Amino acid sequence: MSLAPLSLHKPNYLSVSNTLRSWLLTTDHKRIAILFLISITFFFFIGGFAAVLMRLELMTPHADVVDKEAYNRLFTIHGVVLIFFFLVPSIPGVLGNFLIPIMIGARDMAFPRLNLASWYLYLIGGIIVLTSILIGGADTGWTFYTPYSSVYSNSAVFTMAVGVFVAGFSSILTGLNFIVTTHTMRAPGMTWFRLPLFIWSHYATALIMILGTPVLAIAVLMVAVERMGVGIFDPALGGDPILFQHLFWFYSHPAVYIMVLPAFGVISELVTCFSRKRIFGYTFVAAASLAIAVLGFLVWGHHMFVSGQSAYASMVFSIISFTIAVPSGIKVLNWTATIYKGRVWLTTPMLYAFGFIGLFTIGGVTGLFLAAMAIDVHVHDTYFVIAHFHYIMVGGTVMAYLGGIHFWWPKMTGRMYPEGWAVFSAILIFVGFNLTFFPQFLVGYLGMPRRYHIYPEEYQALNILSTAGASILGIGYLFPFTYLLWSLRRGPRAESNPWDAAGLEWQTTSPPPTFNFEKTPIVTQEAYAYELVSQEDDLPGRPNPTEGEIPVLDAPPQEDQP
Amino acid sequence: MSAHVVPIRVYMRVFAALMVLFVLTVAIAFVDFQHLLPFTGAAIINDIVALLIAFSKAALVILFFMHVRYSSRLTWLFAIAGAVWLAILLALTLSDYFTRHWLT
Ligand SMILES: [Cu+2]
Repeated sequence: MSLAPLSLHKPNYLSVSNTLRSWLLTTDHKRIAILFLISITFFFFIGGFAAVLMRLELMTPHADVVDKEAYNRLFTIHGVVLIFFFLVPSIPGVLGNFLIPIMIGARDMAFPRLNLASWYLYLIGGIIVLTSILIGGADTGWTFYTPYSSVYSNSAVFTMAVGVFVAGFSSILTGLNFIVTTHTMRAPGMTWFRLPLFIWSHYATALIMILGTPVLAIAVLMVAVERMGVGIFDPALGGDPILFQHLFWFYSHPAVYIMVLPAFGVISELVTCFSRKRIFGYTFVAAASLAIAVLGFLVWGHHMFVSGQSAYASMVFSIISFTIAVPSGIKVLNWTATIYKGRVWLTTPMLYAFGFIGLFTIGGVTGLFLAAMAIDVHVHDTYFVIAHFHYIMVGGTVMAYLGGIHFWWPKMTGRMYPEGWAVFSAILIFVGFNLTFFPQFLVGYLGMPRRYHIYPEEYQALNILSTAGASILGIGYLFPFTYLLWSLRRGPRAESNPWDAAGLEWQTTSPPPTFNFEKTPIVTQEAYAYELVSQEDDLPGRPNPTEGEIPVLDAPPQEDQP
Repeated sequence: MSAHVVPIRVYMRVFAALMVLFVLTVAIAFVDFQHLLPFTGAAIINDIVALLIAFSKAALVILFFMHVRYSSRLTWLFAIAGAVWLAILLALTLSDYFTRHWLT
C-alpha cells in the first residue's frame, strides 16, 4: 500500500478548472456526479421540510399547524420530491455516475454528453415541480390516481405530473448510459464475473429504468389526453380509473427496486471491504439483482387488492410477490455470511451497512405481510404501509446512500470526513429512524389511516413518539451535511486507498485525474480479493482473526470414500 | 458497431409496404365479421386482424428503419426484451379485466 501524499502537481478532475462554465458544460462523469450530489441534496431538504411540517401537525389529534388542504399538498410534495427527485436519482446519479467508469477501468461513460443531458432533464423536471408547488401545489399524493388527477383535479396536478414526466427521461438516459457503458467500456481483463457487485446492481437498475419508466410517461400522457375529452380513465367516457393504477404501478413497483437495487450494490462493497472477505456467493448475489429486476415487473397488482381489481388477478400478484422475497433474502443472507468470521472494522460506512441490513430486513418482511391479501385488506392505506416502505426507502436506501457517501467521500473529494462526528451521527440517525417509524407499524395496525391531518385521541401517544423520533432523525441528517461541507476545506487529505480496499477505484489517486487512470488498467483479479490484501498488513482498529479458523471456510472436510 | 449502409430502394419498399398496410387497416375496419360469419363472438376477428396488421407495421419499422435487422445479437436481445415487457404489461393487466366477472 502506498502512503505517498497526494501529488499536488498533477491536476485532478476538481482542480483542472473551476469556472462556472467548466461545471455547467462538463461531460466528465465525476463532475456530473457532483452536480447530481448538489441538486439531490437540495431536493432532499425540500422533501424533508415537508415531512417536518407533517410530523408537527400530527403531534396532536387536532388541526393545529395546517388545514386539510395544506396537509394534502404537504404529503404530495413530500412523496413526489423525495421519490422522483431524491431516491430514484440518488445512488445512481451520484455514486453510480462517479464510480461506474472508474470501477470498470474506463475513461468516462459511453455517452458523456447524454450523461450531462440527463442532469439537465432532471433539473428542468425539478424546476417544473417547484413551480407547481408555488402555483398551488397538488393534492393527489405522489400516486396521481385518477380521478383525483383528472376529473376532480383542483390544483396544479398537471404541472407537477409534467415535471415527473421530464425527470423520467433523465432516468431513462442514465439507464441507457449505464447499460452501454457496462457492455462496451470495460478495461482489458474486466470480465463480467470480475465486475464489482455495485456494477451488477446498477446494470439491473438500468434495465428497470429503461423498461419501466416509459410506461409512467405514457400514463401521464394519457391523463393529459383525457383532459382533452378522450375517455381512458373516466367511466363517464367509457374509461376505467383502475387502468391508471395498472399503468402507474407497472412502473412504480419496479421503481422501488430502482431505489433499492443500487443500495444493494453499495452494501456489497461496504460489507466486503470492512469484513476483509470475499463476498459470499458472488454469482448468486449478482444473479439475484437480475432476478429482482425481472420479477419486480410481475407483482404490481399487490398495490390494488382493494381497488376493485379481480380477486383472481390479486391471487396471482400475491403469489409472485412472495417469490421476490427469495432473491432479496439471498442477498441479506450472503452479506451476513460475508461478515461471519470476517475481520470486522467498525467504521462509519460499516455502521450504515449494519443499519441497512437490519432495517431492510424489517421492511422486506413487513412487505410480505402486505403481499398477503387478507392482511393487506386490514392494513391497507394505514400507517403500517407507511412504516413498511419507509423501512425500505429510508432505512434501506438512505442508509446505504449515506454509507456509500462516507465510504467514497475520500475518493470523490480527496478529503477524509471526521470519523468521531460521523459515528455519532450514524447512531443518531439509526435511533431517530426507528423511533420515527416503528410506532407507525403499531398505530397502523391499530387502524390509523394515512393521509389525514387529524386522528382519534387514542393514537396520540404513538404519534408523539414518532414526531420525537423525526426530530432526532432530522437533526441527525444535519450533522453529515455540516461536517462533510467542513471536511472539504478542513478535513485531512485522503490517500489513494484509505480503507485498504481491493476495488479498482482505489488504485487511482484521490481525487482521480480527469480520465480516471494514468493509463488503462489491465485487470487480473476480481474486486473482492481481500484475502490477498489482508495478509500483508494490519490496519488500526481491526481485530486479528483467530488463526486456524479461516481455512475451515475455504476447505470443506473431505468425504471418506468407503 | 459499423454503420450498415442500406440502399434507398429498401426504405422506399418498406415505406410502400407500410402504406399498403395502412390502407388495409382502414379497409378492414369497414368489414363487420360478426355479420359475415355464422358463429357468435366473430367480432373479435376484427380486433385480431387489426392487431396483426399493427404488429407487422411495428416490426417493419423496428427491423428496417431502426436497423435492428443489421445489428448485433445483443441489440436483438434488447429489442425483443422491449416486446416481452410490453407483453407482460398487457397480459397481467388483462388478467384483471378478463377475470373480474368470474366472481359474481
Ligand atoms: Cu409494490
